[in-house]
Amino acid sequence: MSTKIEVLSPGPFATVQDLGRPGLASLGVGRSGAADRSSLRLGNRLVGNPEGNAAIEATLGGLAIRFSGPALIALTGAACGIRVGRRAAGMYAPIHVRSGEEVRLSVPANGLRTYLAVRGGIDVAPVLHARATDTLAKLGPPPLSAGMTLPVGARVSSYPVVDLAPQKAFPAELVLRVTAGPRLDWFVPGTMAMPTSYEVTADADRVGLRLSGPALQRCRAGELAPEACVPGALQVPPAGVPILFLADHPVTGGYPVVAVVDDAGIDLAAQARPGQRIRFTRSRGG
Amino acid sequence: MIRVLPYGDQAALVDLERPEQVLGLHAALDDEPPYGTVEMVPAARTLLVRFDLGRTSFERISAEIARHSVSDGTHRPRQEAEVPVRYDGADLGEVARETGLSEAEVIRLHRDATYTVAFCGFAPGFGYLTGLDPKLHVPRKGTPRTRVPAGSVAIAGEYSAVYPRESPGGWRLLGHTELPVWDVDREPPNLLVPGTRVRFVES
Repeated sequence: MSTKIEVLSPGPFATVQDLGRPGLASLGVGRSGAADRSSLRLGNRLVGNPEGNAAIEATLGGLAIRFSGPALIALTGAACGIRVGRRAAGMYAPIHVRSGEEVRLSVPANGLRTYLAVRGGIDVAPVLHARATDTLAKLGPPPLSAGMTLPVGARVSSYPVVDLAPQKAFPAELVLRVTAGPRLDWFVPGTMAMPTSYEVTADADRVGLRLSGPALQRCRAGELAPEACVPGALQVPPAGVPILFLADHPVTGGYPVVAVVDDAGIDLAAQARPGQRIRFTRSRGG
Repeated sequence: MIRVLPYGDQAALVDLERPEQVLGLHAALDDEPPYGTVEMVPAARTLLVRFDLGRTSFERISAEIARHSVSDGTHRPRQEAEVPVRYDGADLGEVARETGLSEAEVIRLHRDATYTVAFCGFAPGFGYLTGLDPKLHVPRKGTPRTRVPAGSVAIAGEYSAVYPRESPGGWRLLGHTELPVWDVDREPPNLLVPGTRVRFVES
């Protein structure tokens, strides 16, 4: 019988995530998937999975789960203290879990999202070919709750060969590179220089980060008909302070997009906690 | 002249004037996608073209897009759909009062028009249908409903729509259909994909 994961506590918020549903935006379905995709990929590689296997995305730690059988897991993303049974274990490394053992995460000191990858992947039923929970569109499995059981699958790609993949600590102030958005010319010249930094507000979830800081000045009035959005888009509502879209962003939006954070920056932004500062810098050629 | 705007470093946004132009260009590019195209996403007046930076560049892809002429679209409909509707919506009376029409006229105008799915947004499978008679252009409700049943046939602004799933919503409800317009186990899940020509028939 295959191993199952019993959720004892999801912590503040946890979901199942893979690499989402790319290519369906014209049907009104967003990509969703892991908010920090590089951490999901790393976790899967550490346990010998294909990079797109589904894993648990825990927000601010606190996750407690029990394995019904032996398993090989790895934790990536925001660094938590990890207890496996009565042992302490480390981040960014494969961990053997024995049958019946509990795995518990503490609250990370830095960063927001921790990925728990398991060899074979989380094998919940796919929806539109993905196991990701899209929190905005309400597609995919429901968020984790106490008592829920998650089956472990058998989709592997190789034997785990890496013992440890050390990661850089998250910086106190994130510096994200941006390139021009389609409506940059709706704002006064020089807007892209964005010399000041913004603070992440408590209104930060998988859809996006509401920021606080100086308002951007429009030089063009008027309404925008809804147009397609992408992850990393900095959308500017009438008040002028941008919202940074993450994995579960709406497929179309009605406010001008001034700039777009580059791919690597989106993963970093997904680790930003409320209160953290973000500075935007224009990337070369952008 | 087509205006192509950069949208980050891996996408281009084609800025057009009318929904028909979006449909026409989308159909033309769909037949012959520029090399390196990853995905195209139509919206009200724009077409997003996401591309693979390893295979093309913004300059190359915008040059390929600009080669196409933008017509007001005698584009072929990708497919046709007939949606049987029972006109029993909660907002029929309200729409009739606001437009100065009778309920029967509202129903007739909505039923007799031919629509095209211009784009999807708001929720998975929620298609914005153009072709609504201008006499029926009414704003959304001041206070949206917290729960609109799946299959609700509704109007707002210049668009009509069929709610694919139960959701909150502020559109004016004219009726409902039993036709499953959204089914995640179907390929594609939407019955009303962009480019589909739609007729409503009274059931």
